[in-house]
Amino acid sequence: MKRVAPLLFIVTLPLAGCQGWQSALDAQGPAASALAGMFWIFVSVLGTVWLLTMAALLLSLRRRRPAHADPLATDPRTERRMTITISIAIGLTLVTVIGLTGLSYAAQKALFSHKDGALTLMVTGQQWWWKITYEDEQPSRVFTTANEIHIPVGEPVLIKLEASDVIHSFWVPNLTGKMDAIPGRQNQLQIQADRPGVYRGQCAEFCGLQHAHMGMLIIAEAKDDFERWRSHQISSAIPPDDPERQRGMEVFLSKPCVMCHQVRGTDAGGKVAPDLTHVGSRRYIGAGTLETTRGNIAAWIIDPHGVKPGVNMPTIQLEPDEVQPLARYLEGLK
Amino acid sequence: MRTLLILTLVAFTLAACEREDREYRSNPVSAESNEKIALAPLSPGPGGPTEQRSGLGKDYEENAYHISQGQRFYVWFNCNGCHANGGGDSGPALMDDRWIYGGQIENIVQTIREGRPNGMPSFRGKIPDDQIWQIAAYIRSMGRNVPKAAAPGRKDDLSPGPAEQRRPPGEVIDGGQVSPSAQMPQ
Repeated sequence: MKRVAPLLFIVTLPLAGCQGWQSALDAQGPAASALAGMFWIFVSVLGTVWLLTMAALLLSLRRRRPAHADPLATDPRTERRMTITISIAIGLTLVTVIGLTGLSYAAQKALFSHKDGALTLMVTGQQWWWKITYEDEQPSRVFTTANEIHIPVGEPVLIKLEASDVIHSFWVPNLTGKMDAIPGRQNQLQIQADRPGVYRGQCAEFCGLQHAHMGMLIIAEAKDDFERWRSHQISSAIPPDDPERQRGMEVFLSKPCVMCHQVRGTDAGGKVAPDLTHVGSRRYIGAGTLETTRGNIAAWIIDPHGVKPGVNMPTIQLEPDEVQPLARYLEGLK
Repeated sequence: MRTLLILTLVAFTLAACEREDREYRSNPVSAESNEKIALAPLSPGPGGPTEQRSGLGKDYEENAYHISQGQRFYVWFNCNGCHANGGGDSGPALMDDRWIYGGQIENIVQTIREGRPNGMPSFRGKIPDDQIWQIAAYIRSMGRNVPKAAAPGRKDDLSPGPAEQRRPPGEVIDGGQVSPSAQMPQ
């Protein structure tokens, strides 16, 4: 008992991984359900096959045989029994393999058949963050954000995947399987969340130094909340009204920030780094690296390479009294 | 004895693992490297004009990482808007051997930082110092004025010519013709 208890504990530990945050087995959408179902069918069928095989092997190993049997002697009755057994085994193998192939094919058809969705997103993988553009028929309703995708619950959303530098892979385990983002071509993927919630996604193709810190959030919410979020994201940044944040804005606009970042409604129009128009409304900065707090924003600006070594955000020259206003300004871009 | 030999050989292969040092984190305290580059050979008094080179240039132009970062920023900061892929457009060509304001990396850093007459803007305070050095190192690689091993081997986009690595080593001739933007009617 003393040895069994810890063993049992260790064996049951991996089961904890089946729940929650970024788990393919905690399916929250049709595509992920299809995949999780496949996983469990394969595990149970192949597990049974493995157990049966091991049992047969054990039986045959433990079987007594006569002491001086002639290896070449044949007995017609034994021969017939063996033929029947082997035929049945081959038949069962064929049924299993064909059955599983059929299942896999059916699941793939379900995965790659695209329903017409109301919402189309363009997701561009970049070293090391995700650029997200919400497409719309009206050009004035198109907007760009980064690393945080909001989707309405229960609706299919089409994602067009592209990459700007190297191959990345879009993976939100709770909602769908992986799909590569490849420079120079476009892959399409459909996601749907059946329940409201926050699901974490991650780049699943090694893409360089900070591959591990290339995360994103998918936030599935009720249609009304989503529409409210979207109309807010479309709007430009509200100009700050208190003096400290106004000073922060001046700092932002006079420093190298504007070479890469955009804040709609100001002169900052860089397009090669995350759009900061509503950065304060996002839950994380640095592609899922740090929670969005004033302290974290300041830390990220002062020493990006301490947080995420090799990131393309440079260390810039700031006077000590410029840091706080700048962090306050960015934090307030809700 | 044989084991020792094999172990030594294995240890030798390990030595090849480190190709170069990559410095991601620039010094946050120092402002900008202090270059004093004279553009004219004339100066009053004996001894010629003062020249001060910080020696940083070698660290940048012999480092493949810095050069490839420079290649990225060259497009990000719209250098190609005027200089195209190095062949020049409204700005002078960068891949030839003529350098109006000098072709050493320090001269190029100065050119980017200070700007030059007839259209080159000053990027002081807009591009951090280490990135200016990286861009300058990449520009040096366009005419293959950097070691072959450090020059970029590919581009992210379509390229009209061979990759920098495959170009023949270039030379630097200081003093060039007037820039294309200056020849246009003002």
